[in-house]
Amino acid sequence: MDFTLILFYAFGALLLGSALLVVLVRNPVHSALFLVLAFVTAAGLWLLLYAEFLAITLVLVYVGAVMVLFLFVVMMLDINIDLLREGFWRNAPLAALVGLLMAFEMVALLLRGSKGAAAAASAPPANYSNTKALGSVLYTDYVFPFELSAVILLVAIIAAIALTLRHRKETKYQDPQSQVSVKASDRLRVVKMKSEERQ
Amino acid sequence: MIPLSHSLVLGALLFAIGVVGIFLNRRNLIILLMAIELMLLAGNMNYIAFSNHRGDLAGQVFVFFILTVAAAESAIGLAILVALFRNLRSINVDDLGSLKG
Repeated sequence: MDFTLILFYAFGALLLGSALLVVLVRNPVHSALFLVLAFVTAAGLWLLLYAEFLAITLVLVYVGAVMVLFLFVVMMLDINIDLLREGFWRNAPLAALVGLLMAFEMVALLLRGSKGAAAAASAPPANYSNTKALGSVLYTDYVFPFELSAVILLVAIIAAIALTLRHRKETKYQDPQSQVSVKASDRLRVVKMKSEERQ
Repeated sequence: MIPLSHSLVLGALLFAIGVVGIFLNRRNLIILLMAIELMLLAGNMNYIAFSNHRGDLAGQVFVFFILTVAAAESAIGLAILVALFRNLRSINVDDLGSLKG
């Protein structure tokens, strides 16, 4: 057996195990950390499938930003786990039934698929740069969706800030706008008055 | 070399685990978001497998956009979660019945 295939099976088993633990463990912090493990393992699998740029992106963007955000929120909220775990094992038989049925259906369909599906793809040539090729496609054929995704990210930034912004009445803070727009007449009043007679 | 069907089976199993996670953790909003992330990862896995199999970069471009949208989705979802917790002191899905008449 090929070494690449052995690596694929090892990473696949690790990915499925960590994904199962994400949904099974009790502590949300642990499940976030197992999700990190799942993403890193998936990045390894994508490297095996010659998608180098996306593998690095997955680690940098997902593990570096999104999962840290998850961990931050999980640790910030004071969650009563016992209340949330209530009914966990009551749902388990139905969940296992649906999951096994879905997995069985899809695996059965995929494994008896067409002849072409079983064949392995060939490796790209030695001096092939995945990042360069992806960039040359992204900035020409897909430039409009690319700009649209920038707008989506902007909407996400504004929405996330607008949802969590709150003004506290009791805190004292500086208002830069009023500081900049202040005029001398707001601060200083020159009072003209007649000087008194010398006695 | 990795056959296409192996990657597709891996993606299918990952998706099934995501569905099981949604069934099991019906009350915990954070784990629900994580299960959605798992299902998106399964979809991305299929795109990458097909892109590798056909030698076509369009699949990888789609994964790029899915990653963007998923990052935006989880950021907004977590912001909603924080706003919710601030108002209700709970993230239990059963407590979110205020729109029920």
